[in-house]
Amino acid sequence: MPRDAAPRQLRDVVFVDGVRTPFGKSGSMYAGVRADDLVVRCIRELMRRNPSLPPERVDEVAIAATTQIGDQGLTLGRTAALLAGLPKTVPGYAIDRMCAGAMTAVTTVASGIAFGAYDVAIAGGVEHMGRHPMGEGVDPNPRILAEKLVDPSALVMGATAENLHDRLPAITRERADRFGLRSQEKTAAAYAAGKIQPDLVPMATRDPEGAWGLATVDEAPRETSMEKLAGLRTPFRPHGRVTAGNAAGLNDGATACLLAAADVATELNLPVAMRLVGYAFAGVDPEVMGFGPIPSTEKALRNTGLSIDDIGLFELNEAFAVQVLAFLDHFGIADDDPRVNPWGGAISVGHPLASSGVRLMIQLARQFAEHPEVRYGLTAMCVGIGQGATVIWENPHYRPEAAQ
Amino acid sequence: MTNPDFPNEVVTRALTRLVRVPGLDRPAALITLDNGHDHTKPNTFGPGGLASLDAAITEALAAEPAFIALTGKPFIFCVGADINGMGLVRSREQALQLGREGHRIFARLRNSSVPTFAFINGAAMGGGLEVALHCHYRTLSSSVTMLALPEVGLGLVPAWGGTQLLPKLVGIINAATVIVQNPLQQNKMLRAAQAYEMGIADVLLDPADFLERSLEWAASVVQGQTVVSRAPVETKDWDGVIAFARALLDEKLHGAAPAPYRALDLLALAKDAPFEVGTAAEDEALADLLMSDELRSGIYAFDLVQRRAKRPVGAPDKALARPVTKVGIVGAGLMASQLGLLFAQRLEVPVVLTDLDQERVDKGLSYVHGEIDKLAAKGRLDAGRAAKLHGLVSGSVDKAAFADADLVIEAVFEDLAVKKRVFAEVEALVKPECILATNTSSLSVTAMAADLAHPERVVGLHFFNPVALMPLLEVVRAEQTDDATLATGFAVGKALRKSCVLVKDAPAFVVNRLLTRFQGAVFSAIEAGTPVEVADTALDPMGLPMRPLALLQLVGPAVAYHVAGVLHQAFPDRFSASENLRRIAESGLPLLVDNKPNPELASLLQVGNAPLTAEQVLDNALTVLAEETRIMLDEGVVAEPQDIDLCLILGAGFPFQLGGITPYLDRTGHAERVTGRRFLPRGVASLPA
Repeated sequence: MPRDAAPRQLRDVVFVDGVRTPFGKSGSMYAGVRADDLVVRCIRELMRRNPSLPPERVDEVAIAATTQIGDQGLTLGRTAALLAGLPKTVPGYAIDRMCAGAMTAVTTVASGIAFGAYDVAIAGGVEHMGRHPMGEGVDPNPRILAEKLVDPSALVMGATAENLHDRLPAITRERADRFGLRSQEKTAAAYAAGKIQPDLVPMATRDPEGAWGLATVDEAPRETSMEKLAGLRTPFRPHGRVTAGNAAGLNDGATACLLAAADVATELNLPVAMRLVGYAFAGVDPEVMGFGPIPSTEKALRNTGLSIDDIGLFELNEAFAVQVLAFLDHFGIADDDPRVNPWGGAISVGHPLASSGVRLMIQLARQFAEHPEVRYGLTAMCVGIGQGATVIWENPHYRPEAAQ
Repeated sequence: MTNPDFPNEVVTRALTRLVRVPGLDRPAALITLDNGHDHTKPNTFGPGGLASLDAAITEALAAEPAFIALTGKPFIFCVGADINGMGLVRSREQALQLGREGHRIFARLRNSSVPTFAFINGAAMGGGLEVALHCHYRTLSSSVTMLALPEVGLGLVPAWGGTQLLPKLVGIINAATVIVQNPLQQNKMLRAAQAYEMGIADVLLDPADFLERSLEWAASVVQGQTVVSRAPVETKDWDGVIAFARALLDEKLHGAAPAPYRALDLLALAKDAPFEVGTAAEDEALADLLMSDELRSGIYAFDLVQRRAKRPVGAPDKALARPVTKVGIVGAGLMASQLGLLFAQRLEVPVVLTDLDQERVDKGLSYVHGEIDKLAAKGRLDAGRAAKLHGLVSGSVDKAAFADADLVIEAVFEDLAVKKRVFAEVEALVKPECILATNTSSLSVTAMAADLAHPERVVGLHFFNPVALMPLLEVVRAEQTDDATLATGFAVGKALRKSCVLVKDAPAFVVNRLLTRFQGAVFSAIEAGTPVEVADTALDPMGLPMRPLALLQLVGPAVAYHVAGVLHQAFPDRFSASENLRRIAESGLPLLVDNKPNPELASLLQVGNAPLTAEQVLDNALTVLAEETRIMLDEGVVAEPQDIDLCLILGAGFPFQLGGITPYLDRTGHAERVTGRRFLPRGVASLPA
């Protein structure tokens, strides 16, 4: 039968819930834990936290990993779904956009929901950088160098951050360090206030002696000071600016979230934490990949008819302080604006590449609940090989009167 | 950490870690048992392992944790006391000490004022399950398939609290099932769901996040959010159940093995005795049993079955084995059909059955397909595998179907001329490297191969009935069998999940020859005038799985008569061709009626007037067994007494407490009396000198 010629109706997509493992320092607390087990644990906890969702109603499982080898390979979304005990009728796939893997998993399944292909989907990501260091097994095409398609420094993320400092001399090492310190302080305060813990999934660990343990908090956050930060070395360039104190570390961790069509969420009695407004991805010169979130955000604002002033909360991935500061400078936002990363970010909690996008969303969702005066929020991140990714969300708890 | 009494212990270390569990103010102490190897070498408790657990509990208690939890390494919780260590115990005092030390350490978990938990993540047997029973609460992973107290099967009792704690937790009927009945039924184990149903665990959790959920559950118990309620144990039927179990044991073992009876005594005690009294009785029982020859023979038998059966002595390099991608079976009778099913199931290659006419082929095929359907109906095969197996098995009246087979096995009438004709016919049709195997139970494989163009490709594969259940395969090397053929025979046997023993081409090989000689002593007694009932029960002190007449009934008097005939021809002075047996076979009368000798048999038997006592019958039977065993070893039928024992354990169900047969013949003195020396040095399958 021919298709009805009536224009297709898009459906509203909502973020129902999200969880993550505590993030580990690479090769440390999760050294004895498989990557797939990290994300399987997240999926199981997500299902357990939402008992009104019949497992067979999950229409897709999209799981991101940057290095899809070994325990991060084998069509991770499908195998993770099976290992998590979802019915065999639930399909799944693996997805990759380097650091924005989980974010892309979200936008891709969300688009499928909006289009009517799915009612409910799981999106998430995992990166075990201890087991799979960045660049493991890569084989760059020799044309990249021969034809000067990309500057050789583009493949080393820290070097691209130094390049960014070169182009934006107003962003000094001191500014970057201060941003890094604030990230640590904000995370410590958020932990003390119990803001982070509710969405952490305790994860069994096994140490080199064979003893089991339990990871319940992020491993990377630390106490520091401007003095200590100033003393750190600059591994990507002698006398450079990028240090371990103003950049995210190498981490292991996983995230997963539940997305649904708004009407299906109502039908299944699922909570609505955020409503998807729009998203955009954009490319930039790979050697200054940190610029990426600027054009992707401009594009997302354009797509949604919003302006930067409409955004009341920002969750920006802190791959490097310089890259967040470039964004803030571009949009005229102060370094210590309280709307930005109120509970700290990747510099403090860590950045297990492909998993991080959903961590931003988990935190934004919690903050929305605390801020009924905020209507829109934004999650954004830079992506290796020169990209930016931005997703704009609406707060279902928004009350105009609260904004007075 | 080593112990001078047990220098080679693979120590299972108990590692204490303090872990933060959400919702609790104080950390929990999580103790992991891990011997540093993967799951193929499971955790066990030897002296070093116990000491490590003791220290780990001390460390845990010192931290004043919210709770203490004990768990295992991946797939393994703990499979109990180290069996290798038991063989090293040299005195009763040492044995008592072993029991008391386990009790003392495990009791720390039971008596702890801090709540204690066992997180049973994998296989938990014997002392492993007992340490879990001492904890206040238990979580259990739903994937666990090996939960058992197997001690009685070996010749011991669960003597680290098992006999006292289990019945108080799950009731006397369940406890008697787990402690006495299951170990005597091919060491049957409990799956997680069954154990949970019985009440062994308080909660059943998925394996995917078992440890995380166990910790969460434990925290909720400690906080009072989860209240564990267990049904009170009924004691009014206690004595009746014990009496009933004892009667069942008598029927089966006739008092032959001490361990199950001791276990029942301890279970009886558990009803009213204070825990300390019960555990003290366990210590005494353990010491008595550990210092018994029956237990030493049991340990020896366990080692044969666990180790020697997996690495057959004398098998050629397995790299020589040829791949078997298609199997032909000559014959479509019951034995052939059983073989067809087994080959299809285990090798998953095409199997063709042939017979003389379509009717016989169809009958064989319908048996195989019917069995596949039955397995599928029982849920033992899923639909996909059932469809695959159906597709693998076919039949033909034309042996040309063997043209591309790699192995053809004959299971036709036991007649040398017939078998030679079959092999000649098959050889003309098959590939030059195709293995020709015979399932003969008594005929000469060498003679069968003699006139073939390639006799080196012939091997004997002697299966036991019922083929699917009996674990033994006698692999027969004929005079001209080459290494590749023999290696293929062993490889196929292993793939069929049989335990292979290399046997020389000698009349009736091992099991049938010994059983025929042994049964012969009983029939001679009957022929001499011994009442059938006396002769049939004369071997009861051995605790064999079947009395002679029941065994004869199972084998079939006609088959037994045929085998006896072959052996009589070969060794006329030791094997007789009994006329009485011929008449019984021809009469077709059942040997047993209501488990008693059929009174109608009397009219068929011609007997003398020199009856023997039961003791004399037993003595004669053991005498001829000792003599025949020695002759077979001298002839090189098998390499060592261990192979004889393995064959009798796996092929005839001889019990562990006899160690097969040679340890028992050493123990009774028949070995020395009849053959002038022991089969095994003292200490190998008996108490050290």
